Amino acid sequence: MKKIGKSTFEFEKDIFVKGAFSLVSSKEAEGVLGKYFSEVLEDDTLGEKTFEKAERAMHTLAIKKILKQQELLESEVDLLVSGDLMNQLVTSNFSAREFDIPFLGVYSACSSFTESLLIAGTFISAGAAKNTISIAGSHFSSAERQYRNPLEFGNQRQTYSQWTVTGMGATHLSLIGSNEMPRIKKVTVGKVTDYGIKDIANMGAAMATAASRTLLDYFQDTKTLPTDYDLIATGDLGKLGSDILKDLMIEEGFPLGQNYTDCGHMIYSSLQNSFQGGSGAGASAVVFNSYIYEKLKKGEFKKVLLVATGALMSVTTNQQGDTIPCVAHLVMFEGGKC
Amino acid sequence: MCFVKILIKICEIFIGGQLFFMGKILDNYVEYVESKSPKTGWFNSLLHAFLIGGAICSLGQMVGDIIKAFNPMMDIQMVGTWSSIFIIALTIVLTALGVFDRIAKVGGAGTFVPISGFANSIASCAIEYKKEGLVFGVGSKMFFVAGPVLVNGVAYSLIVGIVYFIISLF
Repeated sequence: MKKIGKSTFEFEKDIFVKGAFSLVSSKEAEGVLGKYFSEVLEDDTLGEKTFEKAERAMHTLAIKKILKQQELLESEVDLLVSGDLMNQLVTSNFSAREFDIPFLGVYSACSSFTESLLIAGTFISAGAAKNTISIAGSHFSSAERQYRNPLEFGNQRQTYSQWTVTGMGATHLSLIGSNEMPRIKKVTVGKVTDYGIKDIANMGAAMATAASRTLLDYFQDTKTLPTDYDLIATGDLGKLGSDILKDLMIEEGFPLGQNYTDCGHMIYSSLQNSFQGGSGAGASAVVFNSYIYEKLKKGEFKKVLLVATGALMSVTTNQQGDTIPCVAHLVMFEGGKC
Repeated sequence: MCFVKILIKICEIFIGGQLFFMGKILDNYVEYVESKSPKTGWFNSLLHAFLIGGAICSLGQMVGDIIKAFNPMMDIQMVGTWSSIFIIALTIVLTALGVFDRIAKVGGAGTFVPISGFANSIASCAIEYKKEGLVFGVGSKMFFVAGPVLVNGVAYSLIVGIVYFIISLF
């Protein structure tokens, strides 16, 4: 692994993306990407008494399913890196006790998924791990409980708010693979930005600055342009956030074209009443592990940038009047050769 | 110049957003986001609040009238209390059924300002925090949303009371 430029790292070995698994609730399945998801839950409580328990059960289920799909034994996995949105990372931590796998919990809010990929990739690149599982996800109801109001409380959402995705996305990274498989080539570790946004409902606007900073760093470090990629996908900026990001990138001289999309914006259809689109750690995780992975595997996408963005506030800091710092981590994938 | 600024401001109130944004985005990021964020249409909001809020109040009045018709001897204050109790009970049932938040999504202040809003804020918290137990869940968090309203209500009525007392001395 070597550093290029200021904050981009290139893997010298190929880090193969061997498998991907996505688990969503019925709301996401009714969206535009419905047919790409690996499994859909009919009941988003999974028969549990609380939504926190349900999120944990989803997390555990996703790990079990990807192990089964990849025909991996727990003893063959060298590292499990997982992230979620709950305080003290309870979802990841609690579900890790079910597995006999060395575990690292990561938190960078909604960018946890790319953070978990880049950490797992680094272990593989260093020769320390052969097979790793990266997973991240969120649950609408538990996030709503933690960050906002009681579920049955009647109030109007702001037109610029977003809808937390209920879903888990798990990825199997491996040292061993073949040329047909997608791989991770480069990663950019994000810097934390804060341009003074305080509104907890307008996270897309807060996070757009982090995405633009990371993308800018990446393009400058690698001396490439947005047009060199088949797809540039941000995590969960939503419609408003992506529009702001486009404006910012025009101003910086790297305009994003038709190849730009946002995982949160694309996941729900416009009829689903989800305002600016999906958000949460699940947004980038489920979209990558379904739609983007499929296309990479088929070779329809050759070069993809996934930039998951995270708003790093808590309810307490928000109530105390602090602004929202944000971060975005980037992972660059190359598609399988046909 | 001042006149033009006022004109722009009036136009902005009508379209519900900022007309112009000038300068580098990141230097004035908060203002830029303000101008870019979609606004709630004020006409629709007002209309919905008027219709749904009006419907809730009419329902209360109807219940009162029915009680009055069956029991003409009842004190008018007592009739009012019974209609409030009816609205509160109905709200709690609708909240428990998961219907009330859908009505409120459309109604906005129309559902929040009548006593239904108060009932919903307490009932929804009681349902929500039951999972953390009866003492530390329901017991301590039932007034999570309604608490600030109560505290402020009591505090302000105290101030008004004092002012009223001072005025009445003269």
